[in-house]
Amino acid sequence: MANLHWLANPGRFLRIAKAVSPVLAGLTVVLLAVGLALSLQAPVDAVQGTPSKVLFMHVPSAWMSMFIWGVMAVASAVALIWKHPVADIAAKVSAPLGAGFTAATLLTGSLWGKPTWGTFWVWDARLTAELILLFLYIGYIAIWQAIEDPQRAGKAAAILALVGSVNLPIIHFSVDWWNTLHQPASILRDGGASIDASMLIPLLLLAAGFQAFYFTLLLWRMEAEIAGRKIRQLRLLSAQA
Amino acid sequence: MTAFGAIILRDVKLGLRQGGGTYWTLLFFVLTVTLFPLGVGPDLALLSRIGPGILWVVALLASMLSLDRMFQADYEDGSLELLALAPLPLELTVLAKCLAHWLTTGLPVTVLAPALGLLLALDPAAYPTLMLALLIGTPVLSLIGSIGAALTVGVRRGGVLLSLLVMPLYIPALIFGVLAVDAAVDGLSARPHLLLLAADLLVAAALTPWAAAAALRLNLE
Amino acid sequence: MDTFAATELACVRGERLVFTGVGFAIASGGALLLRGPNGTGKSSLLRVCAGFVPASAGQLTWNGRPVTREWDAHRARTTYVGHLDAVKPAFTVAENLGFWASLGGRTAEVAALEPLALDHLHDLPAAYLSAGQKRRLNLSRLSVSNAALWLLDEPTSSLDDVSTAALLAVIAAHQARGGMAVIATHHDLPLRNVSVLRLGPA
Repeated sequence: MANLHWLANPGRFLRIAKAVSPVLAGLTVVLLAVGLALSLQAPVDAVQGTPSKVLFMHVPSAWMSMFIWGVMAVASAVALIWKHPVADIAAKVSAPLGAGFTAATLLTGSLWGKPTWGTFWVWDARLTAELILLFLYIGYIAIWQAIEDPQRAGKAAAILALVGSVNLPIIHFSVDWWNTLHQPASILRDGGASIDASMLIPLLLLAAGFQAFYFTLLLWRMEAEIAGRKIRQLRLLSAQA
Repeated sequence: MTAFGAIILRDVKLGLRQGGGTYWTLLFFVLTVTLFPLGVGPDLALLSRIGPGILWVVALLASMLSLDRMFQADYEDGSLELLALAPLPLELTVLAKCLAHWLTTGLPVTVLAPALGLLLALDPAAYPTLMLALLIGTPVLSLIGSIGAALTVGVRRGGVLLSLLVMPLYIPALIFGVLAVDAAVDGLSARPHLLLLAADLLVAAALTPWAAAAALRLNLE
Repeated sequence: MDTFAATELACVRGERLVFTGVGFAIASGGALLLRGPNGTGKSSLLRVCAGFVPASAGQLTWNGRPVTREWDAHRARTTYVGHLDAVKPAFTVAENLGFWASLGGRTAEVAALEPLALDHLHDLPAAYLSAGQKRRLNLSRLSVSNAALWLLDEPTSSLDDVSTAALLAVIAAHQARGGMAVIATHHDLPLRNVSVLRLGPA
């Protein structure tokens, strides 16, 4: 069967995934536990008070929301150019995770915003850009659901992911242009980090924990997706026989 | 006539003839703009302040509403297969169809905009900028829209999905376009915004035909 | 003398294997009839030949060269008539034909409508045409085509006996000029220099 050849490759992937994912899961637990503990012990921001602790969740979520679209774009390019089925699956199962981190960013952002700005939502540049990113994720997920045949849906979604990644910088720039109200970037500023090490270390630990969390979920979801496609194939074969 | 010109001429003719939908799109533009004074009240000061935004958002919606006929009708009656098989590269076919879509939506909307600006008490001094911004910005809407139209061409009831896919991608054009008109209203230079809008147009013109053609090929499989 | 051939062709649509191990060869002046029950891949084979659907295995060649390496040239020498008639109801008969001719850089005279007896309707909006007349209008594209390879999917569907005979004459003239045709059909079409490819369940 010509259309089954891809199973050979995902088979190899599955063996690797099964070995790696428990390690990643353990790493996630350790990083998140240590990061959370340190973040709770970190000194309270003199100006913003206790609510600033939300930023320990908000900032890594925001990083992840953009990082995951990047992963999807790379995976989509690989899937389109080399017709690599595992890349196709990686892009597909990443989208709901990315949408989740984006939603978490918006949620923590508005939780932080209420005591800080006095309102749950302000049209500040970064929150607005995150909201648009959430729309892009939703569009990507919707196109997977709208097209029945997974191979066609995969290619259509891949085109959208690449178009989106070309557009994201333009959108970010335009939204910044539109509104430059938010705090200036303070982590990756020229001349090194400007925040105190007691806050930076838990932040980076949590960011690493979020990364490990994402990759753990990614591997689990990819295993599930491959199993699901295998079942589809077998059903189809039994219908044809 | 070249194949490129033939496609533009055909799509414009189809849009203008009975059932083509061009007039409906323009009526939609006019009617929706008149909804805003009814919705927010007849305060001319308020209307003139939000007028540029209203005109742009409604122009965007009008463009989006007419997108589904860019490829869908040709897909349903088999024309798209023949267009794909024609000697003209599919990327250029897409570009021709974008131009035709712009000629039947973006251009008339641009021409109508000052009349609607009048209803919204927009400062007449801003009309040249409004028209120039729409002239640069509405082709962006047709170009980016072609990607959404091509991706959803085989999808049943794809119109809503199409809007969902395209709307976030429209945002830069909307922002630069409104800021240009706002600047003109405030007596400031609209030049930086118009230049950014033009840059957005260049990026869209260079990249969207490839993406839309790839999506069309995929949907013809 | 040109040859168009396929070797060990396989096609997967969606996740379904439509056909596998299909081979044929036709030369200038020849015609190939694709026969077989519904769902055996006659239309899919034509779509593979037209380049809409990539072959999952095997290859198509033109004079021995794989067509996957020269799609532009392959498109230029191919005319495809599918299930759908690509007729715009808002256009007249002549406008419909004229557009498809101009796409290939040619002009269409009303005379091109004569072989399939539509010339007296050239001014009529296509919305008024019957199913058979729309089919004939679509097939009239063949008269303005200078493509060497015609790919016809059930061309005789909704045609009456007179029109079928007229179509066969058009195909025969094409063959006489050295053209070739691949035709999916459920009927025995009396053409000369014909070979038959039977597709069975995969």
